[in-house]
Amino acid sequence: MRVSLFVTCLTDLYFPEVAESVVRVLHRLGIKTDFPSEQTCCGQPALNSGYLDEAAAIARRMIDVFADAETVVTPSGSCCSVVREYFPHLLRNDPVMHRRAEELAAKTFEFTEFLQKKLKVDWSAWDLPYKAVATFHYSCHNRGIGMSIEDILSLIRVFRGLEYRPLEKADQCCGFGGTFAVKFGEISGAMVQDKIACVKATGADTLICNDGGCTLNIIGALHREGVNIRTVHVATMLDQAMKAGNNRHLYARMQGEPASVPARACCCSHEAGAAHHGGRVA
Amino acid sequence: MSVSLPIAGQGASAGHAGAAVDFKHRAADAATNPRIAAIFDRSARMKDDARRLILPELPEPLATRELAATIKRHTLQNLDRYLDQFVTRVREHGGHVHFAADGAQANQIITEIAQAASARLIVKSKSMVSEEIELNHALEAAGFNVLETDLGEYILQLANEKPSHIVTPMAHKPKEEVGELFARKLGIEYSDDPTTLTKAARKVLRDRFFEADMGIIGANFAVADTGTVVIVTNEGNGRFCSSRPRRLVCLMGIEKLIPRMKYLPVFLKLLGKSATGQRITSYTSLISGPRRPGDFDGPEEFHLVLLDNGRTKVLASEYREALRCIRCGACLNACPIYRKIGGHAYDATYPGPIGSVISPLFTSLAQYADLPSACSLCGACLDACPVRIDLPTQLIHLRQDVIKAGHAPLSWKLGFKGWKLGMSSSFLYRMGARMGRVFMKLGARDGWKRKLPATGAIWTRYRDIPTMPKPFHSRWDELQKEIEQENAEG
Repeated sequence: MRVSLFVTCLTDLYFPEVAESVVRVLHRLGIKTDFPSEQTCCGQPALNSGYLDEAAAIARRMIDVFADAETVVTPSGSCCSVVREYFPHLLRNDPVMHRRAEELAAKTFEFTEFLQKKLKVDWSAWDLPYKAVATFHYSCHNRGIGMSIEDILSLIRVFRGLEYRPLEKADQCCGFGGTFAVKFGEISGAMVQDKIACVKATGADTLICNDGGCTLNIIGALHREGVNIRTVHVATMLDQAMKAGNNRHLYARMQGEPASVPARACCCSHEAGAAHHGGRVA
Repeated sequence: MSVSLPIAGQGASAGHAGAAVDFKHRAADAATNPRIAAIFDRSARMKDDARRLILPELPEPLATRELAATIKRHTLQNLDRYLDQFVTRVREHGGHVHFAADGAQANQIITEIAQAASARLIVKSKSMVSEEIELNHALEAAGFNVLETDLGEYILQLANEKPSHIVTPMAHKPKEEVGELFARKLGIEYSDDPTTLTKAARKVLRDRFFEADMGIIGANFAVADTGTVVIVTNEGNGRFCSSRPRRLVCLMGIEKLIPRMKYLPVFLKLLGKSATGQRITSYTSLISGPRRPGDFDGPEEFHLVLLDNGRTKVLASEYREALRCIRCGACLNACPIYRKIGGHAYDATYPGPIGSVISPLFTSLAQYADLPSACSLCGACLDACPVRIDLPTQLIHLRQDVIKAGHAPLSWKLGFKGWKLGMSSSFLYRMGARMGRVFMKLGARDGWKRKLPATGAIWTRYRDIPTMPKPFHSRWDELQKEIEQENAEG
């Protein structure tokens, strides 16, 4: 399987290390990632603000940029939901582009969704140490792509040494909402203050947050208040844990092997079998 | 007999027209008022949690909601036919049917009914549509004595306040305030015990039901094939209003129809659960016209007032699905913005997500131009809605309408033109990124900025913003080398 990374503008500009981690993690799962260099933004700021013609123009461009991609993976639920839910909607009156939008929608996945629902990685084969007392903010747009809190927690539970503390109002919006944050500053401010109050109340030292928008909002508020809680994307956690754990035998020999090889028809003689391939295949 | 839908009248409806609506300021005041946030956060989440807890009791919660959405969608597609059928049935039952194009007309019709009856006291069951047209004001102006009998509405009537929630109208009022109000207005001893207060209200209301010579109710549903109006309450006041007084008026929006009685259970199952987390509301009353020979109770005269007030306009627009709403209030409870600013900040009959859609549609976009944008598009409302109204998408389209109607600032319009240009070329995008990085370094300390200029200042009012690292697109080649290295080592 070949993956094309849709980095998203916020991740590109503010959280490049998250995108690097995505590429490394996929690589260790035996997946080669390319990066279509023409990509810019999915159009979400315009879409959310009601500038639908502008958003549609950018949607058309995005569809062209990823025309040759086999699978598109992005570390942001909100950008993913724009591609999947709104590209076809924006282009509904243009039959050709609408069909192409549907095609792109069908092959686009958010990172955690891709791991848990598309690849269905069997993490039990991996040693993933990550020492933290962590809580988790559920980014709103995971709703739109069908990733429930429980779906994402299934990935958070794979880490060894991680103590999970549930977050009160975990699925309440952090107040980002793109231009909303500057159109209704006081409401947005009250929302992010509510969010970080809940985060602080957990006593966690780590906040897991898998969307650039929420992260920018939340770390900004944490920093303003001088709260020393680190915010990480699960891609970064996986990247670090894969490297720190005793996994080299799992991924070192993986280069070039297609991820779709069924575990039982394994191409190697390693006795770990499915574990060898990180159980990439369900 | 055929029914032609009246067209919404010209001029102001009796809504909130004329009020200077400055939503942004009210919202900012409310959001920075910890008392409001505390009250609404608690009451809204309590109902939201209750809904989430009880909905899975349905064998197929999502399928049931989809079914309800489908039934409503079908009804709206064929609304003329079902209205026709409904009206015919109601007339067969001996009911009088009136059509009102707007609130003013509806108020006039109901005032005339009251005048013809020489009504001294009118008892009223909770009805949002009567709030929409400010029916009480009209009746009081005509000299009638109107008494709200829903406990929450009764309290608000005593306090001369407006509802802050469509299901629990006094969501904003703590019990201590009610205690003070009752002590002042009813002359009872102060108490903040809800049971004591409820008993005090019941004592007052009960006698009034017997004195009243006219009742007014709304409708939760109207069943076309049987000509039945359905109201659900928890206090039984609706049943009292509809069965005791000699004359009964039912005021309903034309969108309340469902085609057949056999579909009613789908909606009853969803309404109580979605609204308050109850399996079913305490009272479900089905009213099909006036009292018949042999009936123990019921009105001698039954008047049905069908209200348009902007609904046919919505029906003909891309916002039709908003008319599916069964007014359960689940979207209000789920909405993080409603939880922060409460209901009054909207200054609309219908607050919260559904209100941000239908308030501008029922009245005027200019009057409520800010509401569609007052939403972070989190999707919690869509998740909660029992009839699956895609509120976020409706709000996005309304934002476009606001821009097209010229209510958006020019700076934003130009900004997005420039943005589109920048995003249409990776060269311009990357150049912009470089400039942004340089700009973000200016005045930054330890990788953070505490202040941004212009619109950005609103962001930095509540949060800092980090400087921009070397972007991913400039790291790609290095990353490729690193991965090759990792391969080589492996």
